[in-house]
Amino acid sequence: MKLQAKDIFDKLKSEFSDSIIEIKEDKGSDPFITVDAKKVLDICLFLRDTEELSFDYLSSLNGMDYKNNLGVVYNLFSTIHNHKITLKVILDKEQPSVPSIEGVWKSANWHEREAYDMFGIKFEGHPNLIRILSPYDWEGYPLRKDYKTPEYYHGFKVPY
Amino acid sequence: MGLLNRLDDPYETGGVILGTVEDLLNWGRGRSDWYLHFGLACCAIEFMAMNASHFDFMRFGTIPRPSPRQADFMIVSGTVTLKMAERIKKLYDQMAEPKYVISMGSCANCGGPYWEHGYHVLKGVDRIIPVDVYVPGCPPRPEALEEGMMKLQEKIMNQKLFGKKK
Repeated sequence: MKLQAKDIFDKLKSEFSDSIIEIKEDKGSDPFITVDAKKVLDICLFLRDTEELSFDYLSSLNGMDYKNNLGVVYNLFSTIHNHKITLKVILDKEQPSVPSIEGVWKSANWHEREAYDMFGIKFEGHPNLIRILSPYDWEGYPLRKDYKTPEYYHGFKVPY
Repeated sequence: MGLLNRLDDPYETGGVILGTVEDLLNWGRGRSDWYLHFGLACCAIEFMAMNASHFDFMRFGTIPRPSPRQADFMIVSGTVTLKMAERIKKLYDQMAEPKYVISMGSCANCGGPYWEHGYHVLKGVDRIIPVDVYVPGCPPRPEALEEGMMKLQEKIMNQKLFGKKK
């Protein structure tokens, strides 16, 4: 049976209580649920394994920069019930760390590497957390808002 | 190429052709250019159209080569990232002299749409290797690349082996 975001939120709230922070259902954007970063692995396992939820597909996983904080956004979809939900976690900018959900959905592997590459978010428990797009010796995290383009890379001038 | 094959030619019956070494070498080089294709982005898609039967790139005497050691010129088509720039330099150095480069599309010419915020993009492939022909466009039509190829042939046909360069 297809569930609405509010129903999914209620189910999570009854299971995890304080770890589920809020739900936002603004018009013009998909509804999303903000959750506690420490509990994200348990929440994802619950979302996947509970029969009436059955989120069997991770559509995408993105890093975010909210200026004062970093964050991760998880877009989940259920091919069985044809419903979807967005999870968000807010992370500390100095020590951005969140449990890896690579064990829940394998597609998270490269997505988490990308978020690490671009935002420097550490995914605890990831089997191979190295840069995926930038060169391995790249310095800094390019998609952060305070990122400065380097003057030189291996002797090549970077700015125009 | 200067051919002496007139009726009053004393060499007529001997089957002799006269010309300069320069013309002969330039003719050979200009009419059978084998290329190393460096397809990096959407320009490479346009280049595939160039290679297909409608535009038929091979009528210029070009043959695609997988190895830089067998290639006479290189077509850099697409966005040159800093990660790839080192590889391009390495492959260019492996090509045998004389070697030429066609830079295809805005990205390879000058960085294209990534010129300002492209932290990862080399702003023009001419920063690492010398470029002979620039083909503008985003991406260029196959006709533009044809023109670029003819410009390269023109350049090769006019080059001097000895003395001052033209």
